[in-house]
Amino acid sequence: MTNQEQHQLAAAALAIRMGVIEGTHSAKSGHPGGSLSAADMFAYLYEKELRIDPARPRWPGRDRFVLSKGHSAPALYAALAHRGFFPAEDLKTLRHIGSYLQGHPNMNSVPGVDMSTGSLGQGVSVAAGMAKAARLMGSGVNVYTMLGDGEIDEGEVWEAFMFAAHYRLDNLCVMIDLNGLQIDGPTKDVMNYEPIDAKMAAFGFDVVTIDGHDFAQIERAFGIFHQNAGSGKPTCILMRTVKGKGVSFMENNADWHGKAPNDKEYETAMQELRAQLEKLEAAQ
Amino acid sequence: MSDVIKKATRDGYGRALVELGREHEDIVVLDADLAASTKTGMFKKEFPDRHFDCGIAEGNMVAAAAGMAAMGLVPFASSFAMFAAGRAYEQVRNSVGYPRLNVKIGATHGGISVGEDGASHQCCEDFALMRSIPGMVILNPADEVEARKAVKAAYAYDGPVYLRFGRLAVPVIHGEDYDFAIGKGEQLTEGNDVAILATGLMVNEALMAAQTLRAEGIAARVINLCTIKPLDGEIVLKAARECGRIITCEEHSVIGGLGEAVCSLLSETCPTPVRRIGVSDVFGYSGPAWDLLKAFGLSAEHIVETAKSF
Repeated sequence: MTNQEQHQLAAAALAIRMGVIEGTHSAKSGHPGGSLSAADMFAYLYEKELRIDPARPRWPGRDRFVLSKGHSAPALYAALAHRGFFPAEDLKTLRHIGSYLQGHPNMNSVPGVDMSTGSLGQGVSVAAGMAKAARLMGSGVNVYTMLGDGEIDEGEVWEAFMFAAHYRLDNLCVMIDLNGLQIDGPTKDVMNYEPIDAKMAAFGFDVVTIDGHDFAQIERAFGIFHQNAGSGKPTCILMRTVKGKGVSFMENNADWHGKAPNDKEYETAMQELRAQLEKLEAAQ
Repeated sequence: MSDVIKKATRDGYGRALVELGREHEDIVVLDADLAASTKTGMFKKEFPDRHFDCGIAEGNMVAAAAGMAAMGLVPFASSFAMFAAGRAYEQVRNSVGYPRLNVKIGATHGGISVGEDGASHQCCEDFALMRSIPGMVILNPADEVEARKAVKAAYAYDGPVYLRFGRLAVPVIHGEDYDFAIGKGEQLTEGNDVAILATGLMVNEALMAAQTLRAEGIAARVINLCTIKPLDGEIVLKAARECGRIITCEEHSVIGGLGEAVCSLLSETCPTPVRRIGVSDVFGYSGPAWDLLKAFGLSAEHIVETAKSF
């Protein structure tokens, strides 16, 4: 990966983080924590990885992305806006009455959203069904889905993992955002999922564990996914991340799972993110 | 009555799937380890590449079907009514109903006539569950002919459809020339003394009841309401106005099914005395199907008694 690409991705991730803060602040509700932990992955997905076209959001040949952890919608919307699916200023209408930017993704109202999600555990099943359909239709479409680490408490998730391995869906890429926190506290205290890498391997996935904030590692993980084409193995990218990443007072704090910044917190968060952007631009 | 042909509506489901499969490449079938019982095994035999067993995992099956529909296929997802509507309720609600994806739920073994398996498998709540989902179409065929036609109509319809089929072989009352349409009731007998609105296997019971009543000088209008939702309001209101008394008959709880749908409509537009025949807010138990139907009042005899009692 070139320095210029690194820079472009970092800038995109910061734009996504600012979009998350703008949206949740304007909505006075929403989920900044898990949106920020996944922001770097969203930047990579929407800037580099997915075969998509903002001018043709329903192009049948596009790759599909299902946000199984639907509450991270603020980051998905910000990524779509940054990629040009709709104007970035609309992010401020998040969760407002009459807005197409619903609290959780709605495939029928938001350009670029491939599936309505929000109820945890279901998106990964939908993605597996899409991957199976793509295979049957001989379309060459790849299907990507992102789960939260709290979400994998849901039994349906493991039904879907069994389905993916059983049907040899090597066109399915499952990402799990391991930020280690869920609403009631640390995942290891609420419902421990470790050793998650061994579990995913036992369920038949090719498992790649990465720092979810490192673009070079993200690129390597998707490289492995593409190498798995034809192998019959679905890929699982375990993203070790920091919940609330990029905003100092939100980092590693479960309270910011589903709480919006007030006016003062909004100013502080935006200042921090703008400072990171200035630093990035100065380094260029 | 020895010449009556009896077939289970689930057989019609399996047969119609095969017929559709021969005509349309986009139809796929999912099952949850019950392909022999739901009759999707017939489709599996002819189209093994388009039949996906999901194992005993109904929630994943329904959501995976949603994913297939989002890709442009027309999936029929099958299990027993208890698990398709019950276990997978939330997947039907959130991954099928809310995004309005083109998924058909083929639910067999509905109602008390499941028989010997007992209460755990006797789903008498599925209409109530499915009716509460905005935009859901609910079809409950009365016989094997109507079942086949309902399956084909469901395929032709763009949107979520819940189809309920029975395990038990029941008399075939329709001819092949029967003209089925979603949302349209079917008047089977003439009469203005009482209207009997029936669905599923209760349609034949209603016809038998009407025969007995006619011999006693009571002209009953029997209407088959295969479509539970959207309810054919026109045929129901006409019956209420012309007959003045309504009996609803369904192999379902009296809570949340056809009877309540009819009462809701009538109470707001044409208040009419109604008697609801159905399972009266109790769980079932094991036994031979026909004995159970009798024990729960889901019989021609009980319809006759009810018609004469109000």
